[in-house]
Amino acid sequence: MGFLKDRYNEYGKGMSVTLNTFVQTVKPKKLGGGAATVQYPREKEAPPIRARGVIALREDNCTSCMLCARSCPDWCIYIEGHKELAPPRRAGGAPRKVNKLDRFDIDYALCMYCGICVEVCPFDALFWSPEYEYSEPRIADLLHDKTKLGEWMETVPEAPELEAGAEKKKK
Amino acid sequence: MTDLIDRQKLSYIAAQAADARLNVELETEGMTLNIGPQHPATHGTLRIIVRLDGEQVVWADPSAGYMHRGYEKLTEVRTFPQVTTLINRIDWLGSFANEVPFILAAEQLMDIEAPPRAQWIRTILFELSRIANVSLFLGDLGVQLGAITPVFMAFRDREYVLNLIEGATGGRFHPNFDRIGGLKDDLPKGWIDETRQVMKKLRNFCDEIENLLFGNKIFQDRTRGIGVIPPAVAQQYGLSGANLRASGVDWDLRRDQKIALAYDKVDFKVWTHPDGDSFARCWIRLQETREATKIVDQLLDGIPSGPVMAKVPRIIKVPEGEAWVSTENPLGEMGYYVVSQGDLGPFRVKIRTASFNNISIVPWVLRGVYVPDVITILASLYFILGDIDK
Amino acid sequence: MIAVDLPYWAQSLLRVLGGTVAVLLPAGTIVYLFLFKMMSFMQSRLGPMEAGPYGSMQLFAEVGKWLQKEDIQPALADKKIFKIAPLIVLVSTFILVAVVPFGPDAYFTDFEAGVFYALAVSSVSVLGILIAGWSSANKYSLLGGLRAAGQLIAYELPMVLAVVGVVIQAGSMNMQQIVFAQNHGSIFGWDGVGNPYVLTQFVAFGVFMIAVQAELTQTPFDMPIAESELVSGYMTEYSGFRFLIFFIAEFANVGIFALIASVLFLGGWGVPFSWFGWDSMDAVDDWMNVVGPLIMIGKMLALSFLIMWVRFSYPRLREDQLQRFAWKVLIPVSLVNIMLTAILKVAF
Repeated sequence: MGFLKDRYNEYGKGMSVTLNTFVQTVKPKKLGGGAATVQYPREKEAPPIRARGVIALREDNCTSCMLCARSCPDWCIYIEGHKELAPPRRAGGAPRKVNKLDRFDIDYALCMYCGICVEVCPFDALFWSPEYEYSEPRIADLLHDKTKLGEWMETVPEAPELEAGAEKKKK
Repeated sequence: MTDLIDRQKLSYIAAQAADARLNVELETEGMTLNIGPQHPATHGTLRIIVRLDGEQVVWADPSAGYMHRGYEKLTEVRTFPQVTTLINRIDWLGSFANEVPFILAAEQLMDIEAPPRAQWIRTILFELSRIANVSLFLGDLGVQLGAITPVFMAFRDREYVLNLIEGATGGRFHPNFDRIGGLKDDLPKGWIDETRQVMKKLRNFCDEIENLLFGNKIFQDRTRGIGVIPPAVAQQYGLSGANLRASGVDWDLRRDQKIALAYDKVDFKVWTHPDGDSFARCWIRLQETREATKIVDQLLDGIPSGPVMAKVPRIIKVPEGEAWVSTENPLGEMGYYVVSQGDLGPFRVKIRTASFNNISIVPWVLRGVYVPDVITILASLYFILGDIDK
Repeated sequence: MIAVDLPYWAQSLLRVLGGTVAVLLPAGTIVYLFLFKMMSFMQSRLGPMEAGPYGSMQLFAEVGKWLQKEDIQPALADKKIFKIAPLIVLVSTFILVAVVPFGPDAYFTDFEAGVFYALAVSSVSVLGILIAGWSSANKYSLLGGLRAAGQLIAYELPMVLAVVGVVIQAGSMNMQQIVFAQNHGSIFGWDGVGNPYVLTQFVAFGVFMIAVQAELTQTPFDMPIAESELVSGYMTEYSGFRFLIFFIAEFANVGIFALIASVLFLGGWGVPFSWFGWDSMDAVDDWMNVVGPLIMIGKMLALSFLIMWVRFSYPRLREDQLQRFAWKVLIPVSLVNIMLTAILKVAF
């Protein structure tokens, strides 16, 4: 029997692993079976909240300070802006100078999804969204402007709660 | 050379005999075969020029550099926060592990230390990236040997680990989560429990691979006694990581080095194998994956509470100085020698990657083996092209 | 016997059509059931799901894709024989199926040395592979072709020797006679399941199946193709239609060798004759000509499942280990088997 057992360990165990996986995959979903894969366009897996899918822009917060464009490692953010006079906050005050955003483009063909721009933004104008379905047939179409980036604001989730023992954010 | 085992010794002699025989006995010529740059066994664009006598390798020469991306030069024109996102891409399968030594070197220059919670989470993510990296090796090993199923199992279970890394850091492949002075963020809620589940799955995966591949007689025939590297030769060529431990050298930076990671808080076994052959190298990696899951479990139990970021200035200027930090990465010893002149970015960075040294032994170890064993030995040396070419 | 008397041309036409079906149907079924679906399930995925219900039309899509591809020939290739090589492989498949009986009257030819012919013809494909490897003007292809030649010749021998045991027991080299002997036979007087030779010749069956695995160049023995070493070996330079021919031949060969194995060891198309009281070949009812092929396909699928299951589970041997295994293990084992069979045949 020892001979047969050795042969089983040498040749049979591997085949039993593949057979087990076979049975597991054809077993109906109700019984805890099913494939590990997902049939993509029909079923979708939800990415984690923190997933870096696409960068969304809240235009009102942006002061076109260029911090994000300068800290970007591959310079894929293009910002143009001009100064405008806005009505004063209180009656009788002097008109305020505001930075108005003309152009805020991100070239997603160049973007490395590092998240440095989101981090350095001092005015909370940039956010990560887990949205990922924005592929284009032409590479030039991946240059998205501020209206498109603004639309992605709707998909930005709330920041997740933190694990026990974490320090509360001071903001 | 006295401690070579018989098989390797014989094939070594045979290769030298074949070398002498060429052009003498039968007026035969050796055949030069280019394995790569485009070849399924090279995981990318490594080119290995081999001279064959029949199917026996007489002479082999690895020729790297087809994917050189110039990271050492690039880092000179980037600021410190920008460098981490670049060096993620050196060893792309275990990318979090690439950030850690660089950040530690920068922290050493700035004379700050990350808070304990950040160190623990760093260590957890470090081990997770090791699991993600090595589990793919275990599957890919099957493909190099002709078994197609293991790689799918590896992809299936590595996915859980990548999901964890993405859940914590936001990036599946390129986390860019390490900051000078700590981490970008704390862990999200529920992450620790999920990690425990996944570690169970990974241990199950290791058992499956062991049954499917390592226990198989054909696999053992193909790898045992093939590509033997004696400990002295391994050290001469500067091998590190599992390749060195498989030659019986008990050397692990996680245990031997005092660095600001939480490895001294956990107990783990450093596996070594006396044989030094292909099987030993593969087996060591399998055991290390198991060990890594245990390390993660231990670390999860004892994460200290507190902040994850030390007090650092908003604009980081690293003071003048030089620092060298290396860690035990999935592929072996990876180190950064950072020279700063007080600017926003480093003045010069020397990157020591494990794979570059690990493949330097290829001309030595490939002499006298057969073409199929070339593939086995290359697979068991386990290199990643980004890690070779930088 | 079927009473209809067809003219010669109609018989030939029927045979050609039948042969085409007998080659393409197993190939298609095996590719879809095992290569697409079973492999995927064993790897925890679903396989093709888009073309047709459960991806059943995927194969047609693949064929369409291959037909559209450019027929590339390397500049240094020996063009004429480069083009012929896949055809030689396919032709050997077609002439191999000629001796496989599917029913009492459903056969292409019925001649006395059927087993001998099958084993002889099955090695014709080696020529095609060797030619393909040589004419591609590619070092990888050359290595693959030479490996294939060495391997197929080495494994021809245990295969023949394994079959000798069956031939001794059946006392005939005619495939029909072998089927008849198995289904009409009895085990120590009990004829409930006939006497399929897998029971008495289990050693020969094992050797035969291992040799078939090598003959078909399926994994543990796929060094001639060796995706990760030789980048598909002798098929490296083929594309489009010519690659399709290699592909069809590969999987049709799986089916046909499974058919031959089921004829030799599992009782072929027959059911145990004692169930219906048949006692000679002529007494077999005509409906067996319909049921027979179905039984054959069932047995073929079972055996190809085995072949494919091994293929998807095992890593690959090295060339010298493969040769050593053939000459040091399989051939002695099958020689001992022949000896024992002969002694027992004389004794009983």
